[in-house]
Amino acid sequence: MNTPKELKYSASHEWIRYEDETTAYVGITDYAQSELGDIVYVNIPYEGDAVKLGESFTDLESVKAVAEIYSPFTGEIVEVNERLETEPEAINNSPYDAWIVKVGNISETEALLSADEYDALCNAED
Amino acid sequence: MELLKTPLFQTHRALNAKLVPFAGYEMPVQYEQGVIKEHMAVRTAAGLFDVSHMGEVLLKGSDALRNLNYLLTNDFSDMASGQIRYAMMCNEAGGIIDDLIVYKMGTEEYMLVINASNRHKDIEWIKAHLFGEVTLDDISDQVALIALQGPLSEKMLCTLTDTLPEKNFTFLLKAHIQDIPCLISRSGYTGEVGFEVYLENQYAEKLFARLLDAGKDDGILPCGLGARDTLRLEASMPLYGHEMDETITPFEAGLGYAVKMDKEDFIGRTALVSKAAPERRRIGLKVVGRGIVREDYEVFSGGEQVGITTSGTHCPYLKGAYAMALVDQSCTAPGTMLEVDVRGRLIEAEVVPLPFYKNKSAAK
Repeated sequence: MNTPKELKYSASHEWIRYEDETTAYVGITDYAQSELGDIVYVNIPYEGDAVKLGESFTDLESVKAVAEIYSPFTGEIVEVNERLETEPEAINNSPYDAWIVKVGNISETEALLSADEYDALCNAED
Repeated sequence: MELLKTPLFQTHRALNAKLVPFAGYEMPVQYEQGVIKEHMAVRTAAGLFDVSHMGEVLLKGSDALRNLNYLLTNDFSDMASGQIRYAMMCNEAGGIIDDLIVYKMGTEEYMLVINASNRHKDIEWIKAHLFGEVTLDDISDQVALIALQGPLSEKMLCTLTDTLPEKNFTFLLKAHIQDIPCLISRSGYTGEVGFEVYLENQYAEKLFARLLDAGKDDGILPCGLGARDTLRLEASMPLYGHEMDETITPFEAGLGYAVKMDKEDFIGRTALVSKAAPERRRIGLKVVGRGIVREDYEVFSGGEQVGITTSGTHCPYLKGAYAMALVDQSCTAPGTMLEVDVRGRLIEAEVVPLPFYKNKSAAK
């Protein structure tokens, strides 16, 4: 399992890459994509949509299952990764490049995990 | 309850399968390559499946045929030894208790291959209705079942044996693959040319390994239940618990070809007489809007609910989202546009003919 040290993680298996204090990219982790299997559809949200800490803002689908994506903070979607519309498999192939949304105006944030803490959480789930 | 293991459990472990509970067994849902690659291997080369969880029941005796004709919807009177026939077992109301395939092993002996999830229910039902001179023997726990499916499956098997059944839906009772005694059947659940091999548990690991080895230069992959499901959906084959259950009749499920109303009486016949022109029927849907349609989603036409989906996901070979559904007769014509409620979002889907995918050379 690949867990880059420079990223932050949520307990619901999203990774977070901060651009500055109130702007960050969000995707799903290597562990999450591996558990889901082949991803075939990403329900891409809209720019301008509000996201709320701890709430689902979209979902994606593998051959086997539907997975909700949760927002680790309150803010606003400022950019979406449109490439995932035609290439959902990018999340399987390269989960840390295949960001789903970029969130700006971040106000409230949940307590995020370091790479080590996230690895420990996944090992406990296995 | 502790999960049962097939005789190939250690093989699955060694191949790094992802194991999940299914019908009381711990079964591989996928191996390292994942569902899509496994699915494509079956469409373009070959895939190897452990389906040892399936149930096998022997019916023997001078009244075996009469019992089968009474218990099941198809007619077995004109069947020759070495042939296979698909059928359903119905309740008195014409609802489907299970679907199964029947192997004619000899003049007074048949093997019924039943769904793992229905095994105990089926056996109880059969036992409660048997009459005359017939015995039932549940051999499921002694028998392993390995399926080799795909356009290159015949070529691969030919490197290990020179006796294969030539026609689709026939079998060789006392065959060998090298030194392994087995029953080889030309059949499957993927929509491709393929073989199913029944053998004693003790030989299962050896055969699985040899088949993987025989196909290694031609792209064979071990395949899990995930690919088994996407393959059967793409080939529009019904699955018990989805397209069929005890409240769905064979006519609604589009399986009337396996119901012989003009043979002698069988369980469910009286009810089915009045249900021959059903109000709802199984259809195929190609999803036109964005999204994946899965089972148990409501189907709408002009704002009114007209049915429900029974199976659905992304079909890897056709590269699109497809589903099967039970809908009102008025909405079954190909070309009809319907809407499916995908977790609160209505997406468009078109009624298309079944099957979604057909390999013409597989229907030999």
